[in-house]
Amino acid sequence: MLKHLFSDDPPRSRWLTLFLCVLFVVLLSAPFVWTSARALNTAATISIFFILVASFDLLLGYCGIVSFAHAMFFGIGSYGAAIALHRFGPTWSVLAGGAAAALAISAILSLLIAMASLRVKAIFFTMSTLAFAAAFAALVQRLSWLTGGDDGLNFRLPEPLSSGHIYFTVPLVGLDVTGKVVLYYFVLFSSLAALLILLRIVNSRFGRVLEAVRENELRAEAIGYRTLTFRLAANCIAAVIAAWAGVLMALWSRYAGPSTSADFNVMLNVLLMAVVGGLGTIYGAAVGVTIFVFAQNYLQLALAAVNASALKLGGEWLARLFHPDRWLLWFGVVFILCVYFFPNGVVGYLRLRRIRRVR
Amino acid sequence: MSEPILRLSGVHTHIAEYHILQGVDLSVPPTGVTVLLGRNGAGKSTTLRTIMGLWNASRGEIRFAGQDITAFETADICRRGIAYVPEDMGIFRGLTVQENLLLATTSGRFDKERVDWILSFFPALKRFWRRSAGTLSGGQKQMVAIARAIIEPRKLLLIDEPTKGLAPIMVQALADAFFELKAKDTTILLVEQNFNFASSLGDHVAVMDDGRIVHAGSMADFVESDSLKDNLLGLRASESPNSHV
Amino acid sequence: MTSINPPSAIDASAEPTALPGRKLDIAPFALLVGVAVLALPLTGSVSTWVTLTVAGLAMGMMLFIMTSGLTLVFGLMDVLNLGHAAFVALGAYVAATAAGFVQPWLASTSSAMNLLAVASVMAAAVITSAIVGLVYERLFIRPVYGSHLKQILITIGAMLVMVQLMLVVWGANQMQLMPPSFLRGVHMVGSVAIERYRIFAFVVGLVVYAAMMIVMHSSRVGLLIRAGVENREMVEALGHHIRRMFVVVCICGSALAGLGGAMWGFYREEFSASIGSDVLVQILIITIIGGLGSITGCLYGAMLIALCANYIGFLAPDLAVVSDIIVMMAILLWRPNGLHPVAAH
Repeated sequence: MLKHLFSDDPPRSRWLTLFLCVLFVVLLSAPFVWTSARALNTAATISIFFILVASFDLLLGYCGIVSFAHAMFFGIGSYGAAIALHRFGPTWSVLAGGAAAALAISAILSLLIAMASLRVKAIFFTMSTLAFAAAFAALVQRLSWLTGGDDGLNFRLPEPLSSGHIYFTVPLVGLDVTGKVVLYYFVLFSSLAALLILLRIVNSRFGRVLEAVRENELRAEAIGYRTLTFRLAANCIAAVIAAWAGVLMALWSRYAGPSTSADFNVMLNVLLMAVVGGLGTIYGAAVGVTIFVFAQNYLQLALAAVNASALKLGGEWLARLFHPDRWLLWFGVVFILCVYFFPNGVVGYLRLRRIRRVR
Repeated sequence: MSEPILRLSGVHTHIAEYHILQGVDLSVPPTGVTVLLGRNGAGKSTTLRTIMGLWNASRGEIRFAGQDITAFETADICRRGIAYVPEDMGIFRGLTVQENLLLATTSGRFDKERVDWILSFFPALKRFWRRSAGTLSGGQKQMVAIARAIIEPRKLLLIDEPTKGLAPIMVQALADAFFELKAKDTTILLVEQNFNFASSLGDHVAVMDDGRIVHAGSMADFVESDSLKDNLLGLRASESPNSHV
Repeated sequence: MTSINPPSAIDASAEPTALPGRKLDIAPFALLVGVAVLALPLTGSVSTWVTLTVAGLAMGMMLFIMTSGLTLVFGLMDVLNLGHAAFVALGAYVAATAAGFVQPWLASTSSAMNLLAVASVMAAAVITSAIVGLVYERLFIRPVYGSHLKQILITIGAMLVMVQLMLVVWGANQMQLMPPSFLRGVHMVGSVAIERYRIFAFVVGLVVYAAMMIVMHSSRVGLLIRAGVENREMVEALGHHIRRMFVVVCICGSALAGLGGAMWGFYREEFSASIGSDVLVQILIITIIGGLGSITGCLYGAMLIALCANYIGFLAPDLAVVSDIIVMMAILLWRPNGLHPVAAH
């Protein structure tokens, strides 16, 4: 039964299975184990980014499509919910309306972009998505009356989801079950649902055709598949899931702003997480996201430490090289090394090791 | 029989996961025209491309004029003396006819005598000399492609289906050109679906099926033997040899 | 046996007549002129129109210089180098530093000294970009030939690293790059003011274009590149090691980007490390709409993008952020292979 739930696509590596189980248990019990807001925040971020990166893996790992617009749909989801709640007040219907609008816009926009760019060489599709993402970021800044510009939008959630609202008159296992906790579990189970749905998609006939198209489009067409339809569908599904992740992000942080959703940094982060985790695996997203979230939290601290000691040693250039502001430099270096030496990511590497050991 | 100018031994070629050439053993005698026959998909074009190094043989050996060229780069194979005219002719449409031919010279300059000789059986080229190759018709492009292959003296020409889609008059022109080349002791390995063209020109024949050579011998014997033609090509004995050329 | 007719039977008159010469494709040029002409009544005033048009032409030339390297590399080697924009930034930064060294020449009242100074600054930018380009090709391009996906990933990472290294070397402050007195200010034509630097940028761009066309059409290397962009395999089959030329083309591409960056830096006068990534999207769009490997197409595309950006920026500022995309979509609907494709594949 478990096999069927996971669409016959198990982790296929003991370490990976162990990691995933531990991760799930940690995420599941987070509100009960940790009281600090930062820890809960980290946990929620991992769940949300998993949805975003896993849907990106669908496009890149399974379809072979590089879309730089993926983070844009995340932004659309974020701003959709935020603008609705900011302007029309924190009610359920507004929330539902905003989210639905964001998902619909994402679906339609992804279809338009795909259809417009598929007349030309595939590589041009990638470049087009870059152009669209840039235009979106510029638009967010331009329409600051709507989006709050650089400052972003703050808003309140419907009462039942707020941290002031307490369920159950007594604490549950020592925890005051607030609206925030409810929201947390909603987010967590969304990501679980996303995992299962994506596994189902990639292991279905649809998913197989996508892989066939990725390997050899001409042959897939010759066999009779209308590759255009499949690619459009994949684009649409991925965009909608990304938008959903954006909605969750906005709900969780009660904020939507360019630095968290529209800047190119977000897209780069997604790219790195997907590549490090392992493309074409779906599970890879969990690994990549976890590594990245922890690294991001601690990288700047580490850099600051190195920077301080470099300054003490009198090495000015060394200090500049390791300045916390230059974390993108090291990010880039790690990224490049990953592409060269771990093209299949952590999950790919683990699975390969298992195959080699079995032989 | 003298040493073959080209010998393939047990050559296999894989393209993606397709096993196209499955152990090709082919010997091309040093003079005359060897015709490579076979139905579509038998691997004839792949054989030429593998010889030329455009696709790498996964197994086997290719020896040209006594040298092992299996792992050579395409450019070096050309410089050793093999010219290649692909099925789609490979004409550079943005370049003029003159530029197309110039590209094929090693020195970057034309040898007047050689050019005059080529123009003697392709006189129309003179008229298109400065025209953009993309504006030429199929037959004219084929003239340019062949001319390009012989602008420098080469030991072996690999030609892939030159008569495809050409009007009969052009086919005749090509036949004349090939006869001229034969007279100048150029060896030609010709892939051709047009049996009449092949049989009138060819001295030797090799038949391919399913990535292997299933018959090799003289053209004369092949033409005479109805059973061979029937079995290997599905041609009926009553077919008139005059329908094309 | 077959009958062999005398060669005189081959007569071109039996073949369908081919078109004389290469059909001169004036449609893209007509489009440019058309857009400019259309903008005149919309703008309302002649002097505003002239200012916008001159700005568009100048910017178009600079974009052309920046993009030409990318389209050649992509067209010839089938390598997508998203890090190209980093060389634009590098060129601008090196120019700023070099300008510091020739400051007296730049400040001089003699226009000859001015031009000499600018030329040396540009030379510094070009040479540095070429050297870095050599290293870049070895580290980031050569290992990923043949895989578009890896190229995209690696070159994005490379661009990040390059820009960050530039910040390490030069610091995070704004850079200053003032054009010399000879190139500053305006030139009056009747009642219309035309910025001197824009004229200079246009002339430089034209010179670069002319030089590239001469090399492409009169030299053996140019012949190889033009043929290689159409059909790499066939060029190899004709005996040329075209792979060896890749490195040279790559270096030239980086050098051109550096030159474009230096010109752009003078124009902007003050800039940060994002000067490269600011134009990345435009460079990519121009590459798409120009036609891969086509220098003339690149020129048309750059002009079109720059002119439209200027006109739309004035007429409908809210649309300005999407003007590039609109132009791209429109052109691709009309000519999917680009404005001036090398050869429709």
